Amino acid sequence: MSEITTPARLIVGRETRPHLPAYLKLRHDAGRDRWILLAPERVLTPDQTAVAVLKLCDGKRSVDDIVAVLATEYSALADVIRADVLDLLQGLADKGYIKG
Amino acid sequence: MSEELKGNGHCETLVVDDEPTEGVSGSATAALCARAPVGLLAELTHRCPLQCAYCSNPIELERVNKELSTETWCSVMKQAGAMGILQVHLSGGEPTARKDLEQIVSAASEAGLYSNLITAAVTLNRPRLEDLAKRGLDHVQISFQDVDAENAERIGAYPGATQKKLDVARWVTELGLPLTINAPIHRQNIHNVGRYIELAVKLGAQRLEIAHVQYYGWAYLNRAALIPTYDETLKSIELVERERERLKGVLTIDMVVPDYYAKRPKPCMGGWGKGFMNITPAGKVLPCHAAETIKTLSFDNVQDRPLLDIWLNSEAFNAFRGTDWMKEPCRSCAFREIDFGGCRCQAMAITGDARNTDPACALSPYHGEMVRLAREEASRPPASFVYRNPRNAAEATKAERPLVPAE
Repeated sequence: MSEITTPARLIVGRETRPHLPAYLKLRHDAGRDRWILLAPERVLTPDQTAVAVLKLCDGKRSVDDIVAVLATEYSALADVIRADVLDLLQGLADKGYIKG
Repeated sequence: MSEELKGNGHCETLVVDDEPTEGVSGSATAALCARAPVGLLAELTHRCPLQCAYCSNPIELERVNKELSTETWCSVMKQAGAMGILQVHLSGGEPTARKDLEQIVSAASEAGLYSNLITAAVTLNRPRLEDLAKRGLDHVQISFQDVDAENAERIGAYPGATQKKLDVARWVTELGLPLTINAPIHRQNIHNVGRYIELAVKLGAQRLEIAHVQYYGWAYLNRAALIPTYDETLKSIELVERERERLKGVLTIDMVVPDYYAKRPKPCMGGWGKGFMNITPAGKVLPCHAAETIKTLSFDNVQDRPLLDIWLNSEAFNAFRGTDWMKEPCRSCAFREIDFGGCRCQAMAITGDARNTDPACALSPYHGEMVRLAREEASRPPASFVYRNPRNAAEATKAERPLVPAE
């Protein structure tokens, strides 16, 4: 087992290209008409903003790309959105729910 | 489950779901249970190759000829998905002892349930695991009885277990499935909490459960062999808290602490009949896995009634829902909607009345005596294990006769 390297904490920055690991399921909960994020022994209920961000986390877009898309979509200032997105993604990364 | 994500404005962690589901709403019982449980624990069988003395199964183990059919389990999965249940935990005994586990996993996946296999892993081979993954299994949880192989195999009474578990853990991560390591903690392995954390990181696990043994059923019978001292317990908790911070983003550590040393009871199951249901190998539907120790309750069976009907209307689920059933000091307590008076089964086991305050609560008149007993037991050398096997089960349910150790 000695070859296995210890994974490090992901620090989410503007260049990070975040994606959801395969085992994390973003699903629409039809019975309650909302989105849920299913993880081992966890159920998260992302709000509208979080769902919008998570749907853009495809491993190809960088955080800045994601912010640009959202800024256009919601006609908001990129700087404001960026701070919120970084905060959201770092929180999820610290739980192991976002990989870079 | 925990609430650590509450701090982030955009994502909340659910323990109990307050959103009504389409399947559930409109019922007469609406106010108390107008929501589906988040989790379903499916105890597929009580057969198990291991004999751990703290097993969460009831003392009276269900026989194989009483187990539900494949069709019934598949129907349960379908009903669970339709009523809004989100996650299913396939457990036992050892769930892989069921030859039809594959079909049950497929049914869970088709029902949109997030499926979690809770296994001892000693009888699981790679092709079978691959097949389960293909059928949509979402997560695997493997128990390790200790980090030291020799001690682990004495605790589980299964020689050679450790290497098999390590192999399966490796396959799980190779197949891209998330891995949880389950560490049942007690006085005979509590010194290894730090090494459990190292092991979980080394194996590439996403999650580690430091699960201090809870004293019901087999563990209650074996308490003198299991309960750690107050100091050991405190040290282990402090260690986990430090390591959590260090391993942020690498490993999630969930911890269940022994409530004997707490001042406030745990909100058991997030409240009775509020967020969780359990189905036994024979199909009885329980509000928690130890509920059968409350002999005054009767339980409905999935073979006789639809799952949703049982959830809403069964006597057992309604017995301790809400707060109306409470006696003092719970009834007038400011925390009654927070901890729901703690655990009904523990109140039953220690005070003889399931409606009493859980003696883990400092306000219970039984609290002092319970803590004194625990501290005294922990200070003596450990008793020998009464291993969990059918022979000991038969003995333990009879009179006070000497019990047989594992072979």
